[in-house]
Amino acid sequence: MTSYYEASARERLHALLDKDSFREFLPPTERVVSPHLVQLDTPAAFDDGVIVGRATLDGRPVLVAAQEGGFMGGAVGEVHGAKLVGLLERARDEKPAAVLLLVESGGVRLHEANAGLIGVSEIMRAVLALRSEGVPVLVLDGGQFGCFGGMGIVARLCDAIVMSEEGRLGLSGPEVIETTCGVEEFDSRDRALVWRTVGGKHRYLLGEADALVADDIAAFREAAIGLLDTTPDLSLAALAAEHERLGARLQKFGALRDALDIWSALGVAKPEKLPLLEADAFNAVVAGKRA
Amino acid sequence: MEKLTFEFFGGAPVNATCAPALVGVVGSGNLEVLIEPAALDGACAIEILTAARGFGETWRAVLDDFFARHKLADVRISINDVGATPAVVALRLDQAVEDFLGGEK
Repeated sequence: MTSYYEASARERLHALLDKDSFREFLPPTERVVSPHLVQLDTPAAFDDGVIVGRATLDGRPVLVAAQEGGFMGGAVGEVHGAKLVGLLERARDEKPAAVLLLVESGGVRLHEANAGLIGVSEIMRAVLALRSEGVPVLVLDGGQFGCFGGMGIVARLCDAIVMSEEGRLGLSGPEVIETTCGVEEFDSRDRALVWRTVGGKHRYLLGEADALVADDIAAFREAAIGLLDTTPDLSLAALAAEHERLGARLQKFGALRDALDIWSALGVAKPEKLPLLEADAFNAVVAGKRA
Repeated sequence: MEKLTFEFFGGAPVNATCAPALVGVVGSGNLEVLIEPAALDGACAIEILTAARGFGETWRAVLDDFFARHKLADVRISINDVGATPAVVALRLDQAVEDFLGGEK
């Protein structure tokens, strides 16, 4: 068992994909680094914090990207964003079985301001364009920095999300909420609160993540293989159904203050026990109870 | 930021077919080390971009030790550093060489 949470982006790719199948586009030796960070007198990374390339997964062709949270929180700068957009656009030509996004990002890299914002919007557009041509985009989220900001939106524009409990998914991260709304609203140092609000188990129960797996790269691999045959559906009917589902969810849970209240409303007998359960036991307890 | 460059001579050329290797991450107290074959007339060239200014002598000492452990020639090593300690630098360099030469993991 190899922890997905502890691994670097390169280590994740190495262990997740078929052995020795990964070929990197714009590898570090090309030195396509951020032009902005140098001007700010800040060290850049040779891959700008994202690794993109081609590989096989269970023998099937995939294009894949992995964000490195250790470099500036995986934030999307101009080069970083362009690599992701380029990969997604390439997929429209190559038509791989799927595109895998191993996300780990706080969102836009604030050092690069508008260039980063534009990058994120271009990623969103590219995800939707690719899905509309029938290629599924699958998200894996289990890194130390979670997936927030613009990348949180990107993740929810994709076909499916695989999370571990350790993974986190949201728009504003806990620190941002605390800073803007006060510690009474959200205490970002309360780790139990953070994880039961933005962590994988809650996202799975709310229906935002499609699979909850153990913090094990092999478990992420199995889940991704199982999703390779996902068929994107961007029809108006699918969109309307999704909006209906979200509306009903808001109606049902909107007044509740804590994830524990929601789990209770979903029919989980001992909601306070859920954070303690391993993935298998958790999945057994919540079977048929998701929102 | 400060840019430092070092050159070492007298090493043994590595197999030119060795694939470049990258280890480490550009994060606080950490560094990334990119190592690749290069035609350098027998030199081992090391270039560092570091956020911490004024530590040239410390880098020199760590890299002298490194070259004593690994006498490489025709190799280029490029480093992006965010204030890693000498011990971390030494470990990352060893890790890079191990990956580069296809050592056992």
